[in-house]
Amino acid sequence: MPALLLWEPEIPRYREKTPPMIEAHALHKRYGRLLAVDGISFKVEPGEVLGFLGPNGAGKSTTMKMIAGFLAPSAGTARVCGHDVVADSMAARRALGYLPEGAPAYGEMSPKAFLGFVADVRGLSGEHRRQRLDSVIGRLSLQGVLQQPIDTLSKGFKRRVGLAAAILHDPPALVLDEPTDGLDPNQKHEVRTLIRELARDRTVLLSTHILEEVEAVCSRAMIVARGKVLADSTPGELLARSRYQGAVSLLAADSIAARAALDGMPGVSGFQQEGAEGRLYVFPQGRPVSPEAVSARLRERGVAYSGLQPERGRLDEVFRRITTAEGQA
Amino acid sequence: MSAVLSVFRREFGAYFATPLAVVFLVIFLVLAGAFTFYLGNFYEAGQADLQAFFSFHPWLYLLLAPAVAMRLWAEERKSGTLELLLTLPLTPWQAVLGKFLAAWAFLGLALALTFPMWITVAWLGEPDHGVIAAGYIGSWLMAGAFLAVGGALSAATRSQVVAFILTVVLCLLLLLAGFPMALDLVRGWAPMPLVDALAGLSFLTHFQAITRGVLDLRDLVFFALCIGAWLWATVLVIDMKKAD
Repeated sequence: MPALLLWEPEIPRYREKTPPMIEAHALHKRYGRLLAVDGISFKVEPGEVLGFLGPNGAGKSTTMKMIAGFLAPSAGTARVCGHDVVADSMAARRALGYLPEGAPAYGEMSPKAFLGFVADVRGLSGEHRRQRLDSVIGRLSLQGVLQQPIDTLSKGFKRRVGLAAAILHDPPALVLDEPTDGLDPNQKHEVRTLIRELARDRTVLLSTHILEEVEAVCSRAMIVARGKVLADSTPGELLARSRYQGAVSLLAADSIAARAALDGMPGVSGFQQEGAEGRLYVFPQGRPVSPEAVSARLRERGVAYSGLQPERGRLDEVFRRITTAEGQA
Repeated sequence: MSAVLSVFRREFGAYFATPLAVVFLVIFLVLAGAFTFYLGNFYEAGQADLQAFFSFHPWLYLLLAPAVAMRLWAEERKSGTLELLLTLPLTPWQAVLGKFLAAWAFLGLALALTFPMWITVAWLGEPDHGVIAAGYIGSWLMAGAFLAVGGALSAATRSQVVAFILTVVLCLLLLLAGFPMALDLVRGWAPMPLVDALAGLSFLTHFQAITRGVLDLRDLVFFALCIGAWLWATVLVIDMKKAD
């Protein structure tokens, strides 16, 4: 069953007319004896937010660095808006906004000077330059810190400065390497809201190892490990692979009796007790387990229970299963 | 070209972002003065020229040029801004050139601030202004060569200290290649053409030729080639070591 799920059929036919905004074809990157990226191919269509998921060292950053034109691929090609990142590197860079991991910026500069520098290198000038600067400063609410050295800003503001630099030239495609890594929950929420906003009129490829983020912002998710694509589908479809999808859970004082009561019930594949409070999970077989049916059966057998609730899929479980199963094979 | 200018402006401004730039300028000027008056016996020599001043420049640069060059690339690598810079739409050459020119302009500024020296000799006697102008040009060219070496070594490491030490050592070798003492060591056994070639590689030989007031095209070309070659090496090193 998992083998069938590894590759979703690519892009529906009606989309083929518009060219993909970001495209990787059999990308390879070799560092000495280490093969960091081993034949990654994908396409990001206009309007999509593709989440790149994977454990640390999976090759996410390396792939993004190749798309951004920082590293040259050992083999394979990548294109941004149809421009090859090696053969037509400058055109590809102009079409792309890139936020490197950790949002590096020149610490001694103020956001104003830093954004001005990026605008100059990107060749913005005159009225257009001022307009773009005003626009990103407003959009990322940097007005209050414009004159402060970047080194003295909070992590959240630093990230915003990096994002502002990435969208300064109004690129149609964005590549963001771990945009929320190392931020506190409020800042994470803030940056995610920003990304969702930015994605309205842009194509975004972002990497993360935070799974909630995929559900929060991505329209498509790709799981990468050891340099290979292991899964590529919507977050919903990935969730559906979780065994918790369609399960129900409950608290029973006498869990043995509850298990005995539910054993053999049609559509139930198994049980598991988890957590500090000993919540009993009832896993489905095929269709979701109906909470009503469970409650009826427990009442019928006279088992006391509380806190009966339907469960939804867990991305972390799917992630672990996909990324570790490959290693054992 | 505008990309080179943008990098130049940012880099030049970065020198003045901290008080270090001013500290550096003061040290440069104090040392330049001290060398000239105490070690060079500027007054006692009783000559209206700046030989005493220029003769110490190679040693001054040996210490101070690596200090200016060490941060050029090592700092970018360490803070991760290298990735930012090299994914902007500019070629490695534009980035290397912009940064080098900024460092060179900074040392140019330091050198220009020694103008009271020139005024002093002009006031005390009647110096040959052409020779002094040539000396300044030669000194600035040599500073450029030192900086180009330092930039290439700075690109090879993420530690500014390592970049500084490597640059001092390499520049010392390049200076000593023309020193009579060093040449005597080789002269004993090596054929004459090799000794000449070695002396020809030395910053010192070419610099001294210029400060004597002879603006020989060969000396100018030597420094230009030297700077060009080390900048080219910088581009190569950056390209090779991007992934580190």
